[in-house]
Amino acid sequence: MVRVVFTQNIQRLVACPETEVTGATVREILDNVFVEIPAARSYVLDDQGHLRHHMVVFVAGRAIQDRIGLTDSVPENGEIHVMQALSGG
Amino acid sequence: MSDRIHVATRKGVFTLARGAGGWAIEHASMVGRHFTVVLSDARKGVTFAAEHHEHYGDKVHRSTDGGASWEEVGAPAFPEQPEGVTEKDSFGREWAWKVKLIWALETSGKDDDGLWCGTIPGGLFYSGDGGATWELNRSLWDQEGRKVWFGGGADLPGVHSVCVDPRDANVVRVGVSCGGVWQTDDGGETWACRADGMRAEYMPPEQAHDPGIQDPHHIEQSPSHPDVLWCQHHNGIFKSEDGSASWTEVTADAPSRFGFGVAVHPTNPDIAWFVPAVKDELRVPVDGKLVVTRTSDGGKTLDVLREGLPQEHAYDLVFRHALDVDASGDRLVFGSTTGGLWISEDGGDSWSTLSVSLPPVYGVRFA
Repeated sequence: MVRVVFTQNIQRLVACPETEVTGATVREILDNVFVEIPAARSYVLDDQGHLRHHMVVFVAGRAIQDRIGLTDSVPENGEIHVMQALSGG
Repeated sequence: MSDRIHVATRKGVFTLARGAGGWAIEHASMVGRHFTVVLSDARKGVTFAAEHHEHYGDKVHRSTDGGASWEEVGAPAFPEQPEGVTEKDSFGREWAWKVKLIWALETSGKDDDGLWCGTIPGGLFYSGDGGATWELNRSLWDQEGRKVWFGGGADLPGVHSVCVDPRDANVVRVGVSCGGVWQTDDGGETWACRADGMRAEYMPPEQAHDPGIQDPHHIEQSPSHPDVLWCQHHNGIFKSEDGSASWTEVTADAPSRFGFGVAVHPTNPDIAWFVPAVKDELRVPVDGKLVVTRTSDGGKTLDVLREGLPQEHAYDLVFRHALDVDASGDRLVFGSTTGGLWISEDGGDSWSTLSVSLPPVYGVRFA
């Protein structure tokens, strides 16, 4: 299981509590998370399902590199952090 | 006569109400968040507000209690971009089918839950269920003519004006910066570009009259005489008297004919209001004096209205959705980039200050 943590800032606007889901890649993990909280999907992913331009996902302290396919792998028992990038102001 | 105003600002939605003691802010909603446009839907007594999120994508909110409380409804989103289909801006840079900004919200004009939504990068969306779900109008999106659209004040083009014909709601005219004016006569199934007569000084001379690249900052249709439309364009004021088939320029003397907003009198098509700035290279009031210009004779002359408006060191700019007139034609409201908000209750002859310290104002609507 992978732990998924959303920034406090998103949680002001849409319910996305910390959760644990299965998945080996960021795409699989987020897809599973958004089954539970569909309203949060459009806050993180854009019209084409890419990570939004000013959002960042950290895996093991490192920002993911594939912001389009979200194919970065996540280790079992790992955790990902979904946060807003300061580039967006 | 409207006694309520909704204001979309850089840091919240503000609702003002007119009580016995005059106008006052009744609700300050979603403070700190950026809103672009508001829509008062008289069919259901509902208000919509479009929120701009650099991080999370634009969202739409709805209030059913006059602005006291709001809930998020659905937001327009593009369908999956087909493999192999690429978009390039006028500089050759690739971009993807993603809503960057909600730039227009209007009702369908029918007695139903229909809504139109204009966006940057130029998608026009329709909701048949009060905003719960939205669909891209593919007919306009797939127009060959869209290929020459480009951004006006933004990297990509956008739909900022949606004029639903009061005679027939299947006739809709949309303003695009920079993409001219497009009209459908069949509810959005087919479209034609209708900007003949507009003039683009920002283009090489041989292209200046090309309808498909015009920058009509905002367009308003006369509710009582719908063949009349007024346009505050990047290069001046234009008017149509034949339902957008052709446009003629207003050349009346005025401090300036550059600006963004335009309002049309609800029952007299010869009366329209504008809030001028010097020119596109200098977007501040002429000589530091904030004025409203009004024509009462169909554009032959423009009166300069300044009573109650700041006449010294005023640097307010009024954006394209930040000027409105109510259904009586007597009340007008406009808000500016410096957070000023002013009201007139006599057709613009005199103005009162509602605020000088709101966040930058992007949209105003009487309820």
